[in-house]
Amino acid sequence: MTRDRTPLLLAAVLAAVVAGGLVLPQWALFILTVACAQGLVVLGLMLLLRAGLVSFGQALYYCIGAYTAGGLARAFKIGDIFVQMLAGSLLAALVALVLGFLLARYRGIFFGLLSLALSMILYGLIVKSEALGSTDGFNLLPSTLFGVRPSAAWVRYAVAVAAACVALGAALLIHRFLNTPLGRLGPAIKDNEIRVEYMGASVRYAIHVNYVIAATLAGAGGALVATTVGHIDPEMAYWTTSGEFVFIAILAGTGSVIAPFLGALVFGAIHTIAYDVSPNTWQMSMGAALLLAIVFLPEGLWSLFTKRKAA
Amino acid sequence: MAAILDAQGLNKTFGAVTAAQGVTAAIEKDSVVGLIGTNGAGKTTFINMITGYLKPDSGSIRYEGRDITALSTRQIARLGICRSFQIPQLYSSLSVYENMLMALGIMLHNSGRGGFFSLGAPRVPGHDAPAEEAADRILGRFGLSGYRDKNAQVLPGGVRKLLDIALTMAAKPRVLLLDEPTSGVSAEEKFGIMELIIQAVKAEGATVIFVEHDMEVVSRFAQRVLAFYDGRIIADAPPQDALRDAEVRRYVVGAIERSARA
Amino acid sequence: MAQIGPVLVDGIIYSAWLFIAAVGLTLVYGVMKILNVTHGSFYALGAYAGASLTGAWLARGLPPMLSYAVLLAGAVLVTLVFAPLIERGLLRFMYAKDEVVILLITYALFLILEDVIKLIWGVNPYFVAEPYALLGSFEVGGLRYPTYNLILVGLALALAAGLAWTLRATRSGKLLVAVIHDPEMSRALGVNVDRYYLVTFTLACFLAALGGSFTAPTVSVVPGLGVDVIVLSFAVVVIGGLGSLPGAALGAVIVGLVRSVSVHYMPQVELFVIYFVMAMVLVFRPRGLFSLAEPRRI
Repeated sequence: MTRDRTPLLLAAVLAAVVAGGLVLPQWALFILTVACAQGLVVLGLMLLLRAGLVSFGQALYYCIGAYTAGGLARAFKIGDIFVQMLAGSLLAALVALVLGFLLARYRGIFFGLLSLALSMILYGLIVKSEALGSTDGFNLLPSTLFGVRPSAAWVRYAVAVAAACVALGAALLIHRFLNTPLGRLGPAIKDNEIRVEYMGASVRYAIHVNYVIAATLAGAGGALVATTVGHIDPEMAYWTTSGEFVFIAILAGTGSVIAPFLGALVFGAIHTIAYDVSPNTWQMSMGAALLLAIVFLPEGLWSLFTKRKAA
Repeated sequence: MAAILDAQGLNKTFGAVTAAQGVTAAIEKDSVVGLIGTNGAGKTTFINMITGYLKPDSGSIRYEGRDITALSTRQIARLGICRSFQIPQLYSSLSVYENMLMALGIMLHNSGRGGFFSLGAPRVPGHDAPAEEAADRILGRFGLSGYRDKNAQVLPGGVRKLLDIALTMAAKPRVLLLDEPTSGVSAEEKFGIMELIIQAVKAEGATVIFVEHDMEVVSRFAQRVLAFYDGRIIADAPPQDALRDAEVRRYVVGAIERSARA
Repeated sequence: MAQIGPVLVDGIIYSAWLFIAAVGLTLVYGVMKILNVTHGSFYALGAYAGASLTGAWLARGLPPMLSYAVLLAGAVLVTLVFAPLIERGLLRFMYAKDEVVILLITYALFLILEDVIKLIWGVNPYFVAEPYALLGSFEVGGLRYPTYNLILVGLALALAAGLAWTLRATRSGKLLVAVIHDPEMSRALGVNVDRYYLVTFTLACFLAALGGSFTAPTVSVVPGLGVDVIVLSFAVVVIGGLGSLPGAALGAVIVGLVRSVSVHYMPQVELFVIYFVMAMVLVFRPRGLFSLAEPRRI
């Protein structure tokens, strides 16, 4: 039996961030943090993808997480990023618990469309809501960690390290989940749902669980982005945001819990570089990258690191 | 001998089609029963009602004395009644071994073992061994060890059938319903495969009900035959008697009686 | 109620626009089982082509009354340049893939086309309002509406009638219905399914471009125009039933009226209601209000 190297890899990555972060420029720390946040959302998407479901509405929970963080900052003057993330993910989980009863019955394109509709409903609500800042959104307080407000020189580093801890911790937990009998049901459901039911397991329950976990992760990611960027707006619930997450998920592949973060980092890097080189063609580069990934790397970037045994 | 499965007066119509009329049969524990009948006679409907996929319009089904008529497929599977499929239902992206592991993994999931907070290698209920060990054992019994690492998609037809049935054995079923176990299998292989299946299944102590179109397979392996026609059971007897029954010969076997020549 | 008039007129105009914008999407899904995200791109391409060509036309002092033909020409041009290229050059190699994968491919193309538009037309807004103002206005219930909107309504009706007639009365139309129901069988019977796919895709893109082109005089054409349209079109098509032409009409009418009512009475829910209706339909009748019966394959 091959030794499970994932926990080691995760620890190594964390160490690299903590040490390397000290020498990275501010913009790099920013990208790193955003990559952690997006990676969290995509990690959740990955769970659903393994079960054969593509959600075009993770932005719903991402936005819930972000606006929860924003709400805490604005209404209660709470700038602690951990409290924000916790609250964001909890609220997202609650919503997913309820919506999951509905969504767990859908498959294929209909799952995608319904998840899309639900996130667009939130978008529609926020965009017209003066109280929530409508299209402009609003800003957040400066971040604090465990009651401490880091100085301007250190805040990016502190948030980046915190983000990495949360992200990689979450990855470890999900990795453990994926090695439980429930966690392993995903690919079986994708391949042959009927068989799974006939063996006495509830497919709907499994999907519901995965859906709630994915929402929780997305909520945490949203809260993290809110505090990192310092600003939230309804665009976070728009379909293009969900599209971006799906993009990263396809790019990364479902081969490992580290893949979503790798994918998010690569995405962030391409985005930044492409935008700098030519602001009017960065979307084209993204589109081309996605196309190439779909056609030539259907298992995602991660498949470059693993060799699948031939049939 | 005690009846492990008892169907009483099952009726089922789909619009103008009568799939079951007063179907009554008591299956004895540890027996091997063959279901015969032409297509549309009601054999698959009978299996679907037993496994909870269809609900009868009226009548009842009792399993070890307990009424299971209203239970879902999932609940019935958990009670120990399992089925194999006419078209093998496999996990297409996995290898034979991985398919078996997945089936055993579902057993662990159903029993709540090996969850997020558990420690150590969980033992699969009924097999008293970790999944990896049980998988190889079952594959061995079905002669599938040679195909262990082959992807399920590339297997020959007969092997797919065997795997489909082997997967149900992960659940340690008390009653096993086999839907046309030798269909799609070449004539030379039929007896061999059926022999393998019956031996492997009997070793686990299960009651077997199988649907078959090949009368030779039925004669050889069934202790008792239920012949279906038009939703009714027209014969319920040991194979030699059932296959000689006039109605069975007419409606199932398709033999046309020649009138006595003058 | 004195207010019903404007609500209805607004609703009908918006419904007409929605129908023109969305009908191509349902057509492509019905025939090719693809949810085509580039549909939004073609809408934008049509808008840009229509606006820029008409702007150039008017700048040269050419007859304003012919600007409508120019709008049409813009849509045709942009379709002929891009649609066959996309279908023949990329999509047709992907038909065997899962429908969600194909959706992602069209999404990737959409991203690419967004920037292609920027490269061709730049990022500054195009505002060519002459065709819109040219026809004067008419009055309903004390409110004035530009007569131009009647063109949109007329166009929508003409399209609906034309498509319905084509599918029912012409030979190609009937063969197309066969392809919709079973491409494999149709191919086996000798129908050139590939050609039907190309024609359908091109036609659908043209319809999207036409929608964009004829809407251009009423708005400021800016980058990102297609982004809103595509998701609205999804809503319309889902409500009516994926692949159904009468469904697209019904969906357009429902969304148009629902939006009009909310704009007039409760503006905060304007966007919310549209997607709420979409979600409701998915919950209670996922295949839409007018769905193609799905024959059981097994």
